[in-house]
Amino acid sequence: MNANVARSNSGIFWMILALILSFMVGVAAENKGLLQFAREHPGDIRMLLLQHIQLVLTAGAVAVCMGVPTGILLTRGFMRRYKEFLLNLLGICQTVPSLAVLALAMTYLGIGKKTAIFALTVYALLPIIRNTVAGIGGVSEVALDAGRGMGMTPLQLLLKVELPNAMYIILTGIRMSIVIMVGTAALSFKIGGGGLGDLIFTGIAMVDTGYMLTGAVPTAALAITLNWLFGLLEKWIISPGLIYDT
Amino acid sequence: MEVIDFIVRNWHEILHRAGEHAYFVAIAVFIAVATGVPIGIWITFNRKAAGIILYLAGIMMTVPSIALFGIMIPVLSIFGSGLGIVPAIVALVLYSQLPIIRNTYAAIKSVDPSIIDAGIGMGMSRMQVLFRVQLPMALSVIFAGIRVAVVMSIGIGAIAAFIGAGGLGHYIFMGINQSYDAMIKTGALCVAIMAVVADYIFGRIEYRMVSKGLRTN
Amino acid sequence: MITLEHATKVYPGSSSPAVDDVTLHVPEGEISVFIGPSGCGKTTLMRMINRLTPISSGVIEVGGKNVMELDPIELRRGIGYVIQQVGLFPHMTVRDNVATVPKLLGWNKSAIDNRVDELLELIGLDPGVFRSRYPRELSGGQAQRIGVARAMAADPPVMLMDEPFGAIDPITREVLQDEFLKIQWQVKKTIIFVTHDISEAIKMGQKIALLKDGQLIQYDVPEKLLTAPRNEFVKSFVGTDRALKRLNLLRVSDAMMTNPVHCQAADPSEKIMEYMIGNDLQFLLVTDGEERLMGYVNLYDLRGHRGKVGDVVRPMTITVSPEQNLKEALSRMLGFDLGIVVAVDEDQRLAGILNSKTLFSVVGDTYDERGGHWGNVTSKGRIP
Repeated sequence: MNANVARSNSGIFWMILALILSFMVGVAAENKGLLQFAREHPGDIRMLLLQHIQLVLTAGAVAVCMGVPTGILLTRGFMRRYKEFLLNLLGICQTVPSLAVLALAMTYLGIGKKTAIFALTVYALLPIIRNTVAGIGGVSEVALDAGRGMGMTPLQLLLKVELPNAMYIILTGIRMSIVIMVGTAALSFKIGGGGLGDLIFTGIAMVDTGYMLTGAVPTAALAITLNWLFGLLEKWIISPGLIYDT
Repeated sequence: MEVIDFIVRNWHEILHRAGEHAYFVAIAVFIAVATGVPIGIWITFNRKAAGIILYLAGIMMTVPSIALFGIMIPVLSIFGSGLGIVPAIVALVLYSQLPIIRNTYAAIKSVDPSIIDAGIGMGMSRMQVLFRVQLPMALSVIFAGIRVAVVMSIGIGAIAAFIGAGGLGHYIFMGINQSYDAMIKTGALCVAIMAVVADYIFGRIEYRMVSKGLRTN
Repeated sequence: MITLEHATKVYPGSSSPAVDDVTLHVPEGEISVFIGPSGCGKTTLMRMINRLTPISSGVIEVGGKNVMELDPIELRRGIGYVIQQVGLFPHMTVRDNVATVPKLLGWNKSAIDNRVDELLELIGLDPGVFRSRYPRELSGGQAQRIGVARAMAADPPVMLMDEPFGAIDPITREVLQDEFLKIQWQVKKTIIFVTHDISEAIKMGQKIALLKDGQLIQYDVPEKLLTAPRNEFVKSFVGTDRALKRLNLLRVSDAMMTNPVHCQAADPSEKIMEYMIGNDLQFLLVTDGEERLMGYVNLYDLRGHRGKVGDVVRPMTITVSPEQNLKEALSRMLGFDLGIVVAVDEDQRLAGILNSKTLFSVVGDTYDERGGHWGNVTSKGRIP
C-alpha cells in the first residue's frame, strides 16, 4: 500500500511540474502573440474540440461494440481453424497507415463526417480485436480447467473467468485505440470530418503558428488526457490481482 | 482503371517519392536505434530512470503525429529547419523511442535471474553477462521493436508530406486537394504496400535473429 | 583448502545475522556438505566463498589466500559454480556453454574443443551427439550433468554446488549422485555441497556441516553425526531413523559372521541329519565341492531320506555381496522368511551369513546408549 501511495505522490509531483511548465510556456507564447487567435475565437475552438471528441467517442463506441464480440468469437472453439489466418490478415491490415485508410475510405465513400467515422472505426477495430483475442487467449488454462470442473457452462466460463481475466489487456487495447483515434481524427479533417485538424492543417498551410498551435495543443492535450483517464479507469475496474506492472 | 493508368504514367516520379519516403524513414529509424537501444540498456541498470524514461516515451506516443509536426515547425524554425525533412525525422525519432526502448528494456530484463547468477558465479563481469548472455537472448525482441518503429514511421512519414518532407504522402494530400481520386488511391496504396512489405521483411529478419537455441518451434 | 573463520553475514535492516560466526575448514580433495533447515544460511555461507554475497565480518581463505584480497572475477573463474536451476545459457550450444570459462580465460579453440569433448565423455554423454545440442533439447538430468561439466571446464580446484540435484527426479538423482562420486574419486576436487536432504548429505559428504539460524551446530563426519549428535536439534534433524541411516554407511562384510556352518552337497543325508539334530539346527547351508553356495536344506526334508544332501537341497534365492551396504541387506533379510541373509562373493562362493543378532550388535556397538539383552520373549501373554 505504501508503495502505491508513494508512486501516486511522485506522479502528482510530476503533474504539478508539468502544469507549471505549461504555464510558463503559455506565458512565453502569449508574449510572442501566439495565443491571440485562441483568445479571439474561443467559440470556434470549443466547437471543433467537441466535434473532435464526438468523432473519437462515436467511432470508439462502435469499434468496441463490434470489436470485442468479434474478438471473443475468434477465440471460440469452432473458429479454431480460421483463427490463425484471420489473425494474420488482421496483422497485415494493422500495418496499413492511418492516412492511407482515411484516403481510401474517402475515394470510395466520399467526404464527410460519416466517412470519417467509418474510417476511424475500421482503423480502431484492429487493435481492439487483436487485444481481445490475445487477452482471452492469455487466460490461464488452469483457471479454465477449474471452472469447467466446477460445472460452469461455456457462457458462464466466458463471463466469470475469461472476460475478467482478459479485461486488463482488452482495456489497454481500447485505450490505445482511442489515443490513436485522436490523432487519426485530426487527420480526418482532410476528408471532411471536421475536428481540431482544421486548425492544425490550416495553420500549417498559412504558416500561422498561433493558428496551428490552437489546434495542435488541444489535440495533444486531449490525447494525453484521454490516455490518463482511461488508465485510471483501468486501475479502478480491474481487480488488483490482475494488474501487471510493465 | 485510372489508378493503373496513373501509376504507369508517373511511375518514375512514384519511385522517386517512394525513395524519398524510405530515405527519411531509414535515417529516422537508424538514429532512433542508435539512441534507443543504448538507453534501453542503460535503464536496466537504473530502476528510477527506467520509470521516468518509459513514462516519457509513452507520453510521446500519445501525442498525435500531426500535432507534433505542427509543434515541431515553430520550434525547429529557430534553427532554420521548420519545414521539410528535418522536423519529420525528429518527430519520427521521438515516436520510435518507445517501441525500441521498451522492447530493449523488457527483453534484457526478462532473462531468467538464475542464468545471470550462473554467469556472474562463473566469473563473468557485469558487462560480459550483458553482452554475451543478455543481449544475444534479447536480440529478437529488440528487433521486434525496430520492426514496429519502421512500420509506424512509414505511416507517420506519409503525414509528414504535409509539412514538406516529400514522400508518398504527397500523392494523398495533393490528390485530396485536386479531388483526383486516382492520385489518392495511388498514394494510399503505395504507402500501404510499403508498410506491409517492410513489416514482412523485418519479420523475417526478426525470425533469423532468434538464436537457434531459443526458437520454440 | 577452504577456511572460514568467524564468517558472519548481516543483511542491512535485519536484526539477526544470516550467517553467524561460522568457523570451519574443508581439507583439500574432500566434499563438505552444508545442510540445515530452510533459512539456516547454508546457501548464503557458500556464496560468501566466491563473493557473490559479500561477507560482513570474518575471513574466508581459499588455497591460503584471503578471498577479499583477490579480484572477485578472477576468483570466480577459478571456482566451479553449480546451481539448482542449472542456469545453462539457452542461446548457446552445449559446447559453447561448457566452453564459457575457458573462453573467458583465453584458451585457444582446439584446447577448448578437446576439453569439451573430454568432459562430455566424463559425464557420460556422447560428444558427437550432445556437442551441438541446445539446452531446450536436454532432459533435466542431462542439463544438470552439463551444468557440472561447465563448472569443471577450466579444471578449478574448488567447486561450489548449491542443491545441484534438487530439481531432479529421485531415480535420476541417485544415478547422478553415484556418477558424480565416481568422477570426484578421479579428480579429487575440494567441494562444498549444499543440500537440504540428510540422506544425500550422508551419501555425498566426507564431512557435514549442520547449520541452524546461521550458526554452525555440528561439523563432523557422517558417522559421528549419526552416533554422537551434539544436541536435540541434530538428533531430530538427522532423523529418528538414524540407526537405519547408519546402516547405509556399513557394509555386509562389517557385520557378517564368516565361515558359517555348512555342509557339502555330496555329504550323506543321514550323517548331516544327525549333526543337525545334535546341534539344534532346523536349516543348514549347502555348498558344492568348490564352496559355491547351492542352497539350503530343511531338517524335515532329510528325515527318512537316504542318499546325498544335494538331492533335497532348496535353492537360496536371496543373497547379498559383502560389499553391499547393510540397509539393503536388512531389506533382503526382511523379504526372506528365515531371518538371515547369506553373503556370497562374485563367484558365488560362500562368504558369510548375517542374522539379526550380528547385524544389530555391530550397529548397536557404536551407539552410546546401551541396552541389555532381553532374552527369549515369547507370546504367552500375562504370567499366571
